[in-house]
Amino acid sequence: MNVQANKPGPPLWLLLELTYRCPLHCVFCYNPTNFTGIGPELATDDWLRVLREARALGAVQLGLSGGEPLARDDLEIIVAEAHKLGFYINLITSGVGLDETRIAALKAAGLDHIQLSFQDSSQKMNDFLSSTRTFELKSKVAALIKKYDYPMVLNVVLHRLNIDHVEEILQMADRLGAEYVELANTQYYGWAWHNRDQLMPSRAQVEAAEAATKRFRERDGRPMQVYFVVPDYFERRPKPCMNGLGSVFLTITPDGMALPCHAARMLPGLAFPNVRDSSMEHIWFESSGFTHFRGDAWMKEPCRSCPEKARDFGGCRCQAYLLTGDAANADPVCDLSPHHHLVTEAVALAERPRVPEKAPVSEKPLVFRSPANSVRLFS
Amino acid sequence: MTSTAIDPASKPAIDRRFRLQWEEAQNAHVLLYPEGMIKLNSSAGEILKRCDGRASIADITANLEQSFATTGLSGDVIAFIAMAVEKKWVAVLA
Repeated sequence: MNVQANKPGPPLWLLLELTYRCPLHCVFCYNPTNFTGIGPELATDDWLRVLREARALGAVQLGLSGGEPLARDDLEIIVAEAHKLGFYINLITSGVGLDETRIAALKAAGLDHIQLSFQDSSQKMNDFLSSTRTFELKSKVAALIKKYDYPMVLNVVLHRLNIDHVEEILQMADRLGAEYVELANTQYYGWAWHNRDQLMPSRAQVEAAEAATKRFRERDGRPMQVYFVVPDYFERRPKPCMNGLGSVFLTITPDGMALPCHAARMLPGLAFPNVRDSSMEHIWFESSGFTHFRGDAWMKEPCRSCPEKARDFGGCRCQAYLLTGDAANADPVCDLSPHHHLVTEAVALAERPRVPEKAPVSEKPLVFRSPANSVRLFS
Repeated sequence: MTSTAIDPASKPAIDRRFRLQWEEAQNAHVLLYPEGMIKLNSSAGEILKRCDGRASIADITANLEQSFATTGLSGDVIAFIAMAVEKKWVAVLA
């Protein structure tokens, strides 16, 4: 049965990556490592048209991300149009560039919520991991978010170098008055894929972090909600990535490419349409970039005959491609995949002794996300 | 811990963390919150859209009974509001 392929629902979740420009240089960023080689950004009018057409298709949750979306000086115009159309608007930001003038203007334009990233609970590690001195600035931005009465989600990407600080991270979030905290274990795409071996925690680290999260949740009187995004490499079944490609999620990259997930740009052999020359209706319902992996006709064994395929959709196409070279293979996180050993080997490598606190030295250096490194990797 | 007593005089309002709106594409009311959405069935939508912080549960019940030409909804409305308070969709003003 391939019901979804026949009649997809609306693209409920629209993510606009407004720019690849970013003042931070995070080692776990999912943006493509070749971002400096990607064409010019869409103009304001293109983004406004995307909003109108997507809303007409039924899109309702809007993420404004990047890069750093505040690097666009037309962000307020985009927010105002989205609000007028009835989107629920989430700004996903590092906080850099969010001063009181802009936060007030965004409020007036109708922004609903701000998700602020921190790299760690300590200034030292936050600033090291982002290769910037931004910890104090982020703390000030958190106070501004509260002052302007936005719901605040604090997002912290977890990995080998900060996962032992979960207790302190949760205390920090509580102190800053966050309504929600996302402890997002690193997913290995883009820069994070390049740095995977340096970022992968040991199983003991993951279990300790889960236990610390559980202890925090069980304390009385904490209104803050904590999401712990599980690190899928440590699982035996894959995540239901994007609820299946082309099912609810639609991303537009800074140069206008439409993708069924924010990492899909890397998938070979698929012609992803561009909003400069395609309507959102054509993109969602007809373009091969969206129909190819919709439903289950594309599946190979062991997924094709698997009773669990309706639950996990075979996992993540990008992960299947990165690890096995074929995006139609089962996600190797699944222990029914003949490639599962690629995941267990990566996890086994993470069992090596940890270098104590000071500097995270290892055999391979961490590569920070920067235009210079992007050019170097592809020269 | 902070269970608010709910009675016909209580005045429920959508909690500030949520936004209620009608979605034509889904033919349903939805509750929107940071990066998430709850699709409501029609009776949940009809009750919640009347929770404006001014109308009491008694007012809301009377309005629903009139709109749908029926009676005896009081118990259902109170039970639903209690559930919505529990889920923090709704805050009840004294």
